[in-house]
Amino acid sequence: MAIEVRIPTILRTYTGGEKAVTGEGDSLAALIDDLEGKHPGIKERLVDQGDLRRFVNIYINDEDVRFMGGLEAPLGDGDQVVVLPAVAGG
Amino acid sequence: MLTIDQATYDAIVAHARRDHPLEACGIVAGPEGSDRPERVIEMVNAAGSPTFYEFDSTELLALYKELWGRDEEPVVVYHSHTATEAYPSVTDVKLASEPDAHYVLVSTREHGNNQGPVEFRSYRIVDGEVTEEEVTVVPTLAANSASTGN
Repeated sequence: MAIEVRIPTILRTYTGGEKAVTGEGDSLAALIDDLEGKHPGIKERLVDQGDLRRFVNIYINDEDVRFMGGLEAPLGDGDQVVVLPAVAGG
Repeated sequence: MLTIDQATYDAIVAHARRDHPLEACGIVAGPEGSDRPERVIEMVNAAGSPTFYEFDSTELLALYKELWGRDEEPVVVYHSHTATEAYPSVTDVKLASEPDAHYVLVSTREHGNNQGPVEFRSYRIVDGEVTEEEVTVVPTLAANSASTGN
């Protein structure tokens, strides 16, 4: 069950510079745990105290996971995941 | 140093003036690795706030997909401050997520929606560290060295 995950520039330090990696999992939470095993440290940049970080956006097949159950969002083989930090400030 | 052409500079300033007293935000896209800010893309400030800006998450994805499809990147990420100086706030620094981009700050605090000088400053923000850089405004960007074979 391969899921392609697009990694933003700022997190490529965790992926050896790779723009995209593959992972596995039947939910976003499971995918992130799988990615953490291969790219230690990345989970902490995505998740804070059991929730998605407020200023990190994750999309499954172009839909913001916040509208799909957040970390519980279901995943399947061939799904495309994109991680994008918010562009925001004060 | 940020080298930017006059028309792009003017477009960013005009956007900031138009949206005052709310913060305006957007990017200037250019070919990946070129450091050439070629294409202004105004974004909606989904926060609609005088003290905060945020790209809408759906528009953010659409923007990046467009950039990826054109082998472009955000060369400049710009936003305005409407009551304070054109210097990155604590929040700006904390949330900066494009280590390769020039972060441009425009302040409309002096003249608001009206004509008049504005502060226009540029920074690198990497790992929480802010470094101001010189801004050079040129009539037009020099010909792309890649396309002229130099």
